[in-house]
Amino acid sequence: MSTVVLLIITGFGLGAMYFLIASGLSLIYGLMGVLNFAHGAFLTVGSYATWYTETKLGGISVAPRFVLAALVGLAVGTVFAALVELVLIRPLYGRHIEQVLVTVGLGLCVTALASAIWTNDAKFVSLPRWTARTTGVLGASIPNDRWLEIATAAVVLFALQLFLRRTRYGLIVRAGVENRAMVTALGIDVRRAFTLVFAIGGLAAALAGVLSALYFGTVDPQRGTSLLIFAFIVVVIGGLGSIGGTAIAAVVVALVQQFANYYASSGMGDLSVVLLLAVVLLVRPHGLTPAAAT
Amino acid sequence: MALLEVRDLHVRLAGSHVLQGVGFDVPEGAVTALLGRNGVGKTTTLRALLGLVPAEGRITFAGEEITNEPTHRIVRRGVGYVPEDRDVFSTLTVAENLQLARRNGSGRFPYVYELFPELKQRGAQAAGTLSGGQQQMLAIARALLNENRILLVDEPTKGLAPLLVTEVARALERVCEESTVLLVEQNLGVVRRVAEHVVVLDTGRVVHAGPARELLDDRDKVHALLGVA
Repeated sequence: MSTVVLLIITGFGLGAMYFLIASGLSLIYGLMGVLNFAHGAFLTVGSYATWYTETKLGGISVAPRFVLAALVGLAVGTVFAALVELVLIRPLYGRHIEQVLVTVGLGLCVTALASAIWTNDAKFVSLPRWTARTTGVLGASIPNDRWLEIATAAVVLFALQLFLRRTRYGLIVRAGVENRAMVTALGIDVRRAFTLVFAIGGLAAALAGVLSALYFGTVDPQRGTSLLIFAFIVVVIGGLGSIGGTAIAAVVVALVQQFANYYASSGMGDLSVVLLLAVVLLVRPHGLTPAAAT
Repeated sequence: MALLEVRDLHVRLAGSHVLQGVGFDVPEGAVTALLGRNGVGKTTTLRALLGLVPAEGRITFAGEEITNEPTHRIVRRGVGYVPEDRDVFSTLTVAENLQLARRNGSGRFPYVYELFPELKQRGAQAAGTLSGGQQQMLAIARALLNENRILLVDEPTKGLAPLLVTEVARALERVCEESTVLLVEQNLGVVRRVAEHVVVLDTGRVVHAGPARELLDDRDKVHALLGVA
């Protein structure tokens, strides 16, 4: 029983990270039709900015230092994503092949740059002690960082729903996911929404970078790329442009992965996720909740 | 004086030369109907005027050239658009569709709700669950919510039941009384009721332009140009 509880809550923690990466990816594709292969780079930039800032903040105790460093990481990730949209993506709207090439290239560049500057070795992040402790739930000892990851993803899910349902830009994004041309035919400069969605996606991915530092205790240059693969699977299963579907799919993918890794063998988790993707594509080709940014 | 002037307009889509030097004027305060058989380029003309498809030539609106300006800027000059397939946002509610269309200030909600009272009653309903006629009313209401100088209306009665055609035509008549309109319409009964001028397209070219009544009263000419009796 305790093992099942541990696997479930750890699965939710991992799902939280998948959700944070996939939500931005999903909105960007849903609204703009851009398959952003550089999304993992936003995570890398956010996590490395957090780690680097933390190493430079001496004389402060660990908890406030980590919080300050995380805030810097989020800011850097957000600004980086907005700049990517303005400088690299905007000139290429409607040119899908070029977009793929540019985003793949950027993803590779950021990984290579991080490796070149800070080597391929994982960098340890000093974390608040509380996160390393455990909490007992039904006989299982749950690492405390899992609660933080789950709570953060829940807050982001709620905030995104609020943004999409209660703000004018949210309305523009929801409409744009359905019919971008008609939004412009109503006199709306949809490009502003594009930049905003990229910035939101960058913020969420940088948040995933910070949480991945909590989850793994380290940052490394490859993590953005490896998590991005699962985030793409989550987006396809959840339905492109659907935040609710993305949240459900993130949890399902992470749970399947955790249980398969534990009860079958290590490595079976990844295979199970691919099988799950194949089943969903056969049964529901447009994902769980297609084409609606809610 | 013409509010909208189109000169030597060319559009090429997917290797096809759809518009081949189209030129016409839309006088201010009148309704001009753009007619022609299926596939002659009527919808493409409206889309080119709005900058939704790349075009060559010269489009002048209220004395200023707007050729290939971004769509949102053209619309903000005071151009309302009712697309051929309504294109309401199906996952948004009726009220959200209207809120999205509101450009400045509070929007003319009393006016559109007076014209289409049903839209007020169905404010919380998802637009995708409306009937075809109700969706058409929503598409027209969306264009009327702002003070526009011209309305581009593309086949507003297409695919509607006869009863709904009458209802939409009646609303259209009221709209046409107070706006400059460029109307694409296959239903000649509706054209007769609202239009003062007609422009007829054939294979991407203007083949006739003049007063609406002059053409519509000449059955042989109507048959020759439009293929209907």
